[in-house]
Amino acid sequence: MSKQINVALIGNPNTGKTSVFNALTGLNQKVGNYPGITVEKKEGVCKLPRGVKAHIIDLPGTYSLNASSLDENVVIELLLNKNDKDFPDLAVVVSDVENLKRNLLLYTQIKDLEIPTILVINMADRMAYKGISLDLEYLETHLKTKIALVSTRKNQGIDKLKNLISNYKDLSISHCIDLSEIDPAYFKNLQSAFPNQLIYKLWLVITQDVNFGKTDRNEIDAVANFKTKSKNDLKRLQQKETIKRYQFINDVLKKGQTIDVANAKDLRMRLDRVITHKIWGYAIFFIILLTIFQAIYDWSSVPMDFIDTTFAAFSEWTKNQLPNGAFTNLLTEGIIPGLGGIVIFIPQIAFLFLFISVLEESGYMSRVVFLMDRLMRRFGLSGKSIVPLISGTACAIPAIMATRNIENWKERLITILVTPFITCSARLPVYLIIISLVIPEGRFIGLSYQALTLMFLYLLGFGTAVLSAYILNKVLKIKSKTFFVVEMPNYKLPLLKNVALTVLEKTKSFVFGAGKIILAISIILWFLASFGPGENFNNAEEITKKAYSTENLTSEELQQKIASHKLEHSFIGIIGQAIEPAISPLGYDWKIGIAIISSFAAREVFVGTLATIYSVGNDDEDTIKNRMAGEVNPILGGPLFNFASGISLLLFYAFAMQCMSTLAVVKRETNTWKWPVLQLIIMSVFAYIVALIAFQLLK
Amino acid sequence: MENTLADIKRGERCIITDVSSIHIPLKLLEMGCLPGNYVELVQVAPFHDPMYLNINGTHLAIRKETAMHILIKR
Repeated sequence: MSKQINVALIGNPNTGKTSVFNALTGLNQKVGNYPGITVEKKEGVCKLPRGVKAHIIDLPGTYSLNASSLDENVVIELLLNKNDKDFPDLAVVVSDVENLKRNLLLYTQIKDLEIPTILVINMADRMAYKGISLDLEYLETHLKTKIALVSTRKNQGIDKLKNLISNYKDLSISHCIDLSEIDPAYFKNLQSAFPNQLIYKLWLVITQDVNFGKTDRNEIDAVANFKTKSKNDLKRLQQKETIKRYQFINDVLKKGQTIDVANAKDLRMRLDRVITHKIWGYAIFFIILLTIFQAIYDWSSVPMDFIDTTFAAFSEWTKNQLPNGAFTNLLTEGIIPGLGGIVIFIPQIAFLFLFISVLEESGYMSRVVFLMDRLMRRFGLSGKSIVPLISGTACAIPAIMATRNIENWKERLITILVTPFITCSARLPVYLIIISLVIPEGRFIGLSYQALTLMFLYLLGFGTAVLSAYILNKVLKIKSKTFFVVEMPNYKLPLLKNVALTVLEKTKSFVFGAGKIILAISIILWFLASFGPGENFNNAEEITKKAYSTENLTSEELQQKIASHKLEHSFIGIIGQAIEPAISPLGYDWKIGIAIISSFAAREVFVGTLATIYSVGNDDEDTIKNRMAGEVNPILGGPLFNFASGISLLLFYAFAMQCMSTLAVVKRETNTWKWPVLQLIIMSVFAYIVALIAFQLLK
Repeated sequence: MENTLADIKRGERCIITDVSSIHIPLKLLEMGCLPGNYVELVQVAPFHDPMYLNINGTHLAIRKETAMHILIKR
């Protein structure tokens, strides 16, 4: 077997590092988590010339090895731990030609760890546009490395990079700067205490507060105790170090890079004059949001209707093909409708992730952070909370993980606590089906009432999140230091490949992640609904026939009465009726009750659950929506899903904390059960009260 | 009174003179906010906060409370 080369892809955020990763690995990549923590770990395999393979890790973007967030800790933990199975044979530092000076800071740090390093200068296609020219030979000599000039947009330079990777053994591992010059006495002392260690590594161990591997723990503990300097002194030294690194970089670039300002064009300034404007900026942001909701509602209705009817037809077809029996029933009444309940939402989920990834890729998201910071701070949040809050519209789990960029603990905690109020994609199925049942069609200045209702629900979620943040900010007594530094990257046309991969991967994980739960729950529900204890269930046919013997029913009507009698006395009917008193004031029947309870595993189960319950014992194969429309309220009469109960359900789902995975992530991120338990109780009680009030007022 | 970065106007360009205050995060220095480098105020949000700056070619946003600790020369 040929040996794999371990390659770590490192770089500042916004340098196109992920594009380079995608160009090297194509579809040969997988996304997982680092053990024990939720930082996303992207790995892939790249085929090199002569049959060699490279195992490539896309490390989280970082500006420096002086870590200020958990994501950045991952980078330095890996680079300092020689025993890690992923410890790189080679580091590839990705830089952006427009920000070379700043990007090189990280490069000099990696070099000083004596790891063989290749420098990728990305976005080379923008050089002429920006009036930049580079003396590559000079740069290679003075930066002591090999350089690959790459344009992922034009697909140039990737082959050269692959060649350089396969010849990594020729790379020099000499330092860029001599750290000891910034305080000779101190570093001489340190080196003589640990003569076998690299001085820069020691320095990182002293200054960084990260979790190192177990193996050389003792050795490192000894270093960590080497604190002859106060915290402020250390910080002063770090400042000196940074200045020294920039001196080195400036000296190299003075000869290696020329920028002809006269040739530089700056689209950014012209765009930002409008996009970050005090009035236009907010107006544009609002229009973008409005467009997204209209699109999610209108554009995806065509494929959704198609999927809905296809699944109904497929279920029917399966029933006709297979012999009658318990297995066929399980398949056609449990599994297929349950799966249909998830597949139907693929178009919308894909659209949502498409918009989010385009906003991120284009650089627009940073402008929103800038515009919203002051406003959000009033509520105890940070401008950076906007990114979690917006990605919360996809899913609260990655959103809560995205709070790691917020350096201030109090702002971060509040963001974590309020993010579940944001309308996530799992609520979307529930909203969509109920809106289409209870909100009339029709248009108001070109926007449909239904799309406006959806927009209102999103705003409601956002408003509640912000309001609870305000309350939490007043209630929580936590003191922590704030700092806020956000890079405003240049605008970029999003790369189709990156966007497509994100949409594909996120949709896949939504379908398979949720699909597993939904499948399991559908099967359990089918069993509970198809079997029951005692006389009432087993002799349903005779009992019903007797009860209706005086009435003149057609055989079809009689069959339906039998089916509903059976369902009522099945296990699920018994459970459902036990909880009915608690939920009937909200306008729900026991079937919705069951759907709500199963939703505590994951909200998107709601539609699948109803689909399964309604199809058990029902012969005519119909779409989910038509079935729901046909349900009758057992107490009040009339359609079960009417305006009052519909609004009540919408509000319940808007506020209730119904997602086990989110609770688990909150536990992991806050390191205590206190916060998730509080979230669960407060949100659910609040949801119940609001839904109750809404139904009682509207009915 | 010395001038700080919080005082400059939109479109104005100055030179950074001192960043030794402990209220300035290391990350900001690493992004190029160092003595001798130029800084230009590109855009401000309402209430002059946060401030969108061009520091030595790097574009970033910081809050006014941080800008107050960065000394500049006009």
